[in-house]
Amino acid sequence: MTNPDSPTPGVPPHPADQVHAQPASLRDLFWSFTWLALQGFGGVLAVVQRELVEKKRWLTPAEFVEDWAVAQILPGPNVVNLSLMIGDRYFGLRGALVALAGMLAFPMLIVLVLAAVFAGISDSPGIQGALRGMGAVAAGLIAATGFKLIASLKINIMGAAVCWSLAAITFIAIALLRVPLAWVLLSVGGLACAWAYRQLGQVHVLGTKK
Amino acid sequence: MSLTTADWLALFTHFMSLSLLAIGGAITTAPDMHRYLVDERHWLSDGQFTSSIALAQAAPGPNVLFIALLGWNVGMNAGGGMGGGVTAWAFALLGVILAMVGIMLPSTTLTFAAARWGHQNRELRAVRAFKQGMAPIVIALLISTGWILASSHGSQLQHGPLWLLTGVTALLVWRTRLHLLWLLAAGGLLGWMGWV
Repeated sequence: MTNPDSPTPGVPPHPADQVHAQPASLRDLFWSFTWLALQGFGGVLAVVQRELVEKKRWLTPAEFVEDWAVAQILPGPNVVNLSLMIGDRYFGLRGALVALAGMLAFPMLIVLVLAAVFAGISDSPGIQGALRGMGAVAAGLIAATGFKLIASLKINIMGAAVCWSLAAITFIAIALLRVPLAWVLLSVGGLACAWAYRQLGQVHVLGTKK
Repeated sequence: MSLTTADWLALFTHFMSLSLLAIGGAITTAPDMHRYLVDERHWLSDGQFTSSIALAQAAPGPNVLFIALLGWNVGMNAGGGMGGGVTAWAFALLGVILAMVGIMLPSTTLTFAAARWGHQNRELRAVRAFKQGMAPIVIALLISTGWILASSHGSQLQHGPLWLLTGVTALLVWRTRLHLLWLLAAGGLLGWMGWV
């Protein structure tokens, strides 16, 4: 995403420090995550990217990708992990718990009410069709989130060619060959991290020579 | 069917044990949950299991809420079904709490500790290498998830309109700032009318 605001003076140009806004209070955090979760039919991630990166700007795109990598590789629901991390960053443990509560409280209430009243009507062709249509849209939302984040790779230390190759291998393995996620993370992910580690070392050496 | 205290404890510990295996989301543990809850313990019917997942995916919020629905149904069955009155509702609520706390507590504790460590040590070369190295993979995983969800409709030839809807959505979200809820509503409407 292009960013018209200039970074705060004196802040080092590390991606993790380019945050332009932050939640005003625990209350703000709770309702922001509640609102995110309630928009997330068929998955919340697309909404998180749209609301927290594009609208609220609590995270830069690059930072979002970094946090998402951590949230994804650790066990547990990814968006829940992500909300926990963001809440912790601004308000510590309290923030983590509040973000978690925001993500889960109202959606849980809704899904339980639906379970209680929905039991009888879920078989009607209209409902089935509507669920199918919304499912197709949800698939498009999540793919688009990926497309948008490609731009954040421009500042990646590994360079465009390596990034594109890694992404292509991952897509083929996961989407087309259906290789289990853990294997891909260990093999392709391990190689990528090792390569990035090496590249970071070279930048460091160049930096000290100057 | 009624559940003893030992059964409730078994449910709780089983969910706890699956929590740390849920890499890539709680949904990845669904096959094992089906084996345990439906095949082994007979606490849930096959239909209840499948509709719990479908409902949680369609409803707003994280998909992990299918776990809450599984707990709800286990408790409801233990209390004698929807006709069981207050007892059934109380058991259902107990089921929700045990299932959700069980699946969330280990993974969120680990995530909290690991993410905090990673953030405090974000200048470490190893931490930076992890984040830089994983970035293209994570992005490809998002696109793959979209592809896999779209593939669950069936092949491109048989279900052309659904694939078209997914493709058009992806393009609109990528290129415009149209509100996501409009797109979901449009998808729901098209499906309701039977056009996709």
